[in-house]
Amino acid sequence: MFGPVLLKNIDVADGHLVSTYEAGGGYQALEKALREYTPDEVIDLVKRSNLRGRGGAGFPTGMKWGFVPKRTGKPTYLCCNADEGEPGTFKDRIIMERDPHQLIEGLAVSAYAIGAETAYVYIRGEYVTAIRRLQQAIAEAHAKGYLGKRVLGSDFNFAVHIHCGAGAYICGEETAMLESLEGKRAQPRLKPPFPAVAGLYASPTVINNVETLACVPHIIMRGSDWFRGIGPDKSPGPKLYCLSGQVRKPGLYELPMGIQLRELVENHAGGALPGRRIKAVIPGGVSAPVIPEHGLEVRMDFDSLAAAGSMLGSAGVIVIDDSTCMVKVATRIIEFFHHESCGKCTPCREGLNWVVKVLRRIEAGEGATGDLEQLDMLCKGIFGNTFCALGDGAAMGLRAALAHFRAEFVAHIEDRRCPFH
Amino acid sequence: MTMREKIEEAAARYPDQRSAIMPALLIAQEEHGHLPGPVLEEVADILGVERIWVYELATFYTLFHTEPVGMFHLQLCDNVSCMLCGSEDLLDHLETVLGIRKGDTTPDGLFTLSTVECLGACEMAPVMQVGDDYHAHLDVARINALLDSLRATVGAASVEHASARLPGE
Repeated sequence: MFGPVLLKNIDVADGHLVSTYEAGGGYQALEKALREYTPDEVIDLVKRSNLRGRGGAGFPTGMKWGFVPKRTGKPTYLCCNADEGEPGTFKDRIIMERDPHQLIEGLAVSAYAIGAETAYVYIRGEYVTAIRRLQQAIAEAHAKGYLGKRVLGSDFNFAVHIHCGAGAYICGEETAMLESLEGKRAQPRLKPPFPAVAGLYASPTVINNVETLACVPHIIMRGSDWFRGIGPDKSPGPKLYCLSGQVRKPGLYELPMGIQLRELVENHAGGALPGRRIKAVIPGGVSAPVIPEHGLEVRMDFDSLAAAGSMLGSAGVIVIDDSTCMVKVATRIIEFFHHESCGKCTPCREGLNWVVKVLRRIEAGEGATGDLEQLDMLCKGIFGNTFCALGDGAAMGLRAALAHFRAEFVAHIEDRRCPFH
Repeated sequence: MTMREKIEEAAARYPDQRSAIMPALLIAQEEHGHLPGPVLEEVADILGVERIWVYELATFYTLFHTEPVGMFHLQLCDNVSCMLCGSEDLLDHLETVLGIRKGDTTPDGLFTLSTVECLGACEMAPVMQVGDDYHAHLDVARINALLDSLRATVGAASVEHASARLPGE
């Protein structure tokens, strides 16, 4: 029987305080890691757990840590990606607001493993409560000896700093985040070199998502077999699913990786609103291609969703019912990507501008013959032709909307009006 | 602490002063309300960095305001989850009761109305950020109550002045 792990303290009164965290066994994983394991043993443990990054790409965390070169003469940095900006996603905010020490312990164990003495938590500036809670938690952890010089009497020194973002979605892309941390406009870097070799200040750098880091103390305490025993072997572990949109019980759900999307939406989140029918679901934030109702048997893990033509992404599950116009949803999604394009790559900067104009025209009932073919052509011109995945996400999302709900687009053009108005 | 002291304290967290530009801009904006040219230049001078670097960031990131905003900046999320839960109607209502379009500030300087991309609180949609606070599960009644409570936080004289200018009151 699966019980919450990452969210076990979320509804506890004063769950953000170190005393509450300690009372629930908090910081024992840090102590265990420092006393019983070498850094390489921690990396091996995480590799054996098959923890895959929860930020969206699903790269194996232990393998990423293993790429960090040793004895380079430069400091190694750990960066926490807390710039949660994918529409439909709010899991990291809730961890930071209600159980920030879980993140700090994850940071400390991870930093010990990769040999970092400094971590920067890049947190979106809008998250004022999370920022304050994390600041307070960092101060508490220092006072308790979990951070600072000679952590828990060991030779490990570790400092955590908060770096506030200022409202740019692109900062969630890891190399753009590094640019932003270096005080520049957040524009992605060409890879290679990968951050593990030349990241922040050209030093070895690991970038992990909040949820990924929060998993680490539990792997230390319960072991890699426990983690691998949850969900599918290729992408195991507990997973946070964000449910929002036109659904009865929106909220954050912790369930095994690989749960069926239909079970998640209909059983756990209560299904469609009264009198309505689910039409489609976006399974992983707006970058993830939409899945029509008949596809909801898919499993919520990296590989199953990829095989189904979508992706797990941030697990930001947005439910859309039969009262909603899919042209409108697609337009709003592309408006988002257009607004958030950093402007570095021409296909993304100019292509999305063009796509938005065509979509707005269609939505307004002013579409023309050939508009859909033009959208297909624009998607082809954007996808795969940009530095980062922002353009790809936009193109994939629009392609899926056009493929699954083409009749709605055609109706707008032929009837010269939105059929939902 | 003075603004300079706060910025210098923030800068100590980084091996490169350029990294401190964003924290410094957030501190300066809290101090001044917005970031006009002379403030940007002061930030550059405190950190000892190129002025153009500071201008680059102030104009790239949406949380930095180079123009003044109202005493209360109403930032309504209209991304997909909030849109599906009715944020469009709330925007219409806000524009009507405030008598301004999105992007504008009321003549009394009390309210600036904006729509913003996802606030990361989709489970509580529709959501609006005002200052540091999120206001969740909004509907017309809650919007009206929120506007009333915001007006009540300013002085009585100012409230009378503001109300006289607000259509729909």
